[in-house]
Amino acid sequence: MKSDSYQAVMDQKADIMRASVGIDYAKYATGPLSFDYEAMLADTGYDLEAIGKIQARTAVGDTPLVELKNLTELVRAVSGPAKGARLFVKDEAANPSGSFKDRRASLSAFEAKRKGYPGIAAATSGNYGAAVASQAAKAGLGCIIVQEAFDSRGIAQPEIAEKTRACEAYGAEVVRLSVGPELFYYFLIVLRETGFFNASLYTPYSILGIETLGHELAMQVKAREGRFPDMVVATHAGGGNVTGTARGLIKAGAEDTQMVAASVDLAGLHMASDRDFNRKSFTTGHTGFSVPFSTWPDRADVPRNAARSLRYMDRFVTVTQGEVFYMTEALAVAEGMERGPAGNTSLAAAFALAREMDEEQIIVVQETEYTGAGKHPLGQLNLAKQMGVDVRRGDPVENRPGKAIVIPEHPSQIKPVEMDLDRIRRSYLRNALDSLRQEETVTETDIVFLAAETKTDETYVREAVETHERKKR
Amino acid sequence: MQRAVKNTWVEIGGIVLENGERSPKLPDDTQQVPLEMRVKGFLLQEAEIGGEAEIVTLSGRTVSGTLTEINPAYTHMFGRPVPELSPIAGEIRAILRERKNAS
Repeated sequence: MKSDSYQAVMDQKADIMRASVGIDYAKYATGPLSFDYEAMLADTGYDLEAIGKIQARTAVGDTPLVELKNLTELVRAVSGPAKGARLFVKDEAANPSGSFKDRRASLSAFEAKRKGYPGIAAATSGNYGAAVASQAAKAGLGCIIVQEAFDSRGIAQPEIAEKTRACEAYGAEVVRLSVGPELFYYFLIVLRETGFFNASLYTPYSILGIETLGHELAMQVKAREGRFPDMVVATHAGGGNVTGTARGLIKAGAEDTQMVAASVDLAGLHMASDRDFNRKSFTTGHTGFSVPFSTWPDRADVPRNAARSLRYMDRFVTVTQGEVFYMTEALAVAEGMERGPAGNTSLAAAFALAREMDEEQIIVVQETEYTGAGKHPLGQLNLAKQMGVDVRRGDPVENRPGKAIVIPEHPSQIKPVEMDLDRIRRSYLRNALDSLRQEETVTETDIVFLAAETKTDETYVREAVETHERKKR
Repeated sequence: MQRAVKNTWVEIGGIVLENGERSPKLPDDTQQVPLEMRVKGFLLQEAEIGGEAEIVTLSGRTVSGTLTEINPAYTHMFGRPVPELSPIAGEIRAILRERKNAS
């Protein structure tokens, strides 16, 4: 079994990835750090119109935009005079497998079929697995989903258990693993054995598939209100949701719409910890993904991550676990829409952000997800209690990931915490500069690239480069 | 010992990496336990719980391991209503009612 040792398999990563994704990433390099991001996306050959047609073939997209009139009233009940923007939600739960992830999976399945792969595989514990399985079913492709699913005591995270069931319902093989990043090691073995297409969350296909979401919501608001939304809030994890949505908004002409990324705060919990695994209560959309992926997107399974969220976000906020569970209840009882908690992360943020905005302004929450046993506040909170987490009503500032989930006592207590984007940008630049090999230096092309990567300018990047070099000496 | 005949839907499991063979970049608690795997499929030969078994999965792969469960159950659920959530509906309705009455 020596050929399957951890290191032996990881050493084959580049070859396995090239065969399973079919993209020659090396050819996009333009400098030691820079690469031609737009060319990498354009070379797929799919534009917005083509993607829309492919998605329509399997009833993906074209989801309803719902005005949340009662929640808007609730916002205004806790806002100052003439404050409280109109809240809208894009009901992405209406997609075939119940989340916006169908958009991401659709192009990968189409591409896998077109190129003659026998099947598609993905390493994911969330909605994306069900989306890939659903798309594979429609395309008549084999499908394997590899999940990080249970801790060393065999206790499964309820949301992931529901995903296991859904994937199997769509006819996919689900490999469930215990806690650890070696999920990726096992995934490589599966790809090598089967020759399946890697429906990675971070390929150009996955990101281009989300552009239709941003474009659609911009056009829906425009058609109804005669103008684009003032703000769009997207739940932020690996960066694909923010990136694809923002790109779609820009393609629709909504360049002035503010793009806000929102994550559940899981500070203090270790993402690879067996003990912490069942104390998170959220499997995605949290800071355990969004902070590392914002500050270094190329930690993904593919060499160049097509999800590059810092290029697009205007603000980055966090909300607490308790606030998201509260808003999930609020959406059900005020709007008659029972949806999954992971998708409501951006709703919790939007609810509070709307309070700062004027009454005539429009804020769009760009997704919902389906709900069910396990993917539900009840399943999550019952497990949290079983794991010894203190669940109580109170002020959400007392929320402590892994120790206390504090459900707000009043909607006025919902207050997202602003992440310092300047710090995130500097952290990204540090990571980029640290990735240079000893003989490499930053080129002018790199400077322009890094400015685009961080949504800053060349002066900002040059200062960061100088600081970095000073520290090295 | 519980036995299952050929073609029964089962779950098998096994250790993928022993604790000494895992990624060097792990927190201590994870480093101390092995990486385990579970997968479901149809039995290729008769097998018994705890014994060696070979299955064909839904993607057509043949995988072997230890038989862990016959016709494995989905056990995730909603569970009991959570008292910390139960009053929220009434509270929100009251706020909305008050706002409507005030206008």
